[in-house]
Amino acid sequence: MPLYVEKKPEVLITEDGVRTDGRKPYELRPIRMTVGILDKADGSAFIEWGGNKILAAVFGPREVHPKHLVLPDKALIRTRYNMAPFSTPERKRPGPDRRSVELSKVIREALKPAIFVENYPGSVIDIFIEVLRSDAGTRVAGVNAASLALANAGIAMRGLVAACAVGRVGDFVVCDPNHDEDMWGDADMPMAMLMESEEITLLQIDGPMTEEQFREALNLGRRSIRFLYEMQKEALKRPYQVVERSVQGGA
Amino acid sequence: MLDSEMLTHNLLREYVRDLVSNGQRIDGRGFHEFRSIEIRNGNFTKAEGEAWLKLGNTQVLVGVKADVGEPFLDTPDKGVLISNTELLPLASPTFEPGPPNENAIEVARVVDRAIRSADAVDISSLVIIEGKLVYMLFLDMYVLDYDGNLEDALTMASLIALGRAEIPEVEVKEDGEIEVKESKWKVNLKDIPINFTFVKIGGELLLDPVLEEEQVSDAAITLAIDKEGRICSIQKKHGKFTMEEIINAASIARSKWPEMAEKIKEAI
Repeated sequence: MPLYVEKKPEVLITEDGVRTDGRKPYELRPIRMTVGILDKADGSAFIEWGGNKILAAVFGPREVHPKHLVLPDKALIRTRYNMAPFSTPERKRPGPDRRSVELSKVIREALKPAIFVENYPGSVIDIFIEVLRSDAGTRVAGVNAASLALANAGIAMRGLVAACAVGRVGDFVVCDPNHDEDMWGDADMPMAMLMESEEITLLQIDGPMTEEQFREALNLGRRSIRFLYEMQKEALKRPYQVVERSVQGGA
Repeated sequence: MLDSEMLTHNLLREYVRDLVSNGQRIDGRGFHEFRSIEIRNGNFTKAEGEAWLKLGNTQVLVGVKADVGEPFLDTPDKGVLISNTELLPLASPTFEPGPPNENAIEVARVVDRAIRSADAVDISSLVIIEGKLVYMLFLDMYVLDYDGNLEDALTMASLIALGRAEIPEVEVKEDGEIEVKESKWKVNLKDIPINFTFVKIGGELLLDPVLEEEQVSDAAITLAIDKEGRICSIQKKHGKFTMEEIINAASIARSKWPEMAEKIKEAI
């Protein structure tokens, strides 16, 4: 039995749109990005987003093992999203479960369109995402960190992939759902974009939304993602330094 | 730890050996000197106790998670302490995803043995109802960046994480229901058993080897010293040692213990 009691808040969002952590619907949690924090990886990044703490590392382009996976005309991209046993309130058993297998796939498909895979024929680029502490929105935080790690590794890319989740709580479309909204909200929509061309590379929805709410969610998502993209560029331009910001007035 | 798949270049071997024969190491340290130790603070996990420790370029993160459950049948009067090491593929180009391999299992067991044989965590104090309900402590050791000597880094980080752990108290109601309370208790560290890893290169003993030294070493050994100065566990890894060398290693480790124990106490 875990030593943890989940407490459902009485009100998820007030009538005038104040959320359980005091944010407005369009506000992000505080975000902090650090690039190049691992010595042995070819590229690495650490993202702290709300209560999330996520490490990403990139190895490659390097030789493919096992050999039968080699793609003669382009690089193979492999992604592993993994949660630490101590990243959740209840200890998570080490190793991949069905959720992390799916997330590894959608994250790979979010990042791959940005990479010039044809530049690295016959090689592999390995992307590892380790969730050290989880607090809703780990996949989008992981995408932001992995994108930074790829750039830090010097992989040729069309641009950076930035990501953010949007959710629905009652009639409100909210940006960057927190733990409570993730647990008891009505809809959750993680998205990632290649900001150079404003193309969507990750989009999932879990929970119903009207067409109007969906449009609002897409717009709110794009606005938040642009904000993250600007942060990513700043983090990369100041290598090995910390970029820290808390958001008061919305993204 | 020596990974047989690591390509060790003869050049590196010669270079490290030449240095050692001149009384030097690749990073300029003395033979019996640890790399600098840094503890990162920052609530990095959801564990009840945690420690992110940097030993030179080696980085590890240890989390202690607690749970309640049934004790093992043969030890109804003892709680449960389970140690696990993950050699994450992001820590080294030579680590691959998958279940723990023999290296990961060995490291976890070496750390566990030091802590257990020194009785550092009083597992009898983890009993709630004898034979029925006990606290279970999971010591999850995460290797983030591998530049040699995981044993010592993980042991120090584990002791800090255990010493910092604050675990919710539970109350068993009359109907058998378990209530998790707001109040917390702290794990009482009765001892600070520290592992000291040496490699042998050209007949010399080098404390706290970096990755390159591990790769070119002739032999490796890890010894744990407790607060009484006793050796509470030993793990000889690859290669061979003379008796004098092991006795020498133990006396070096013993002389280093107070300084390292002080660092651990400070971090807790």
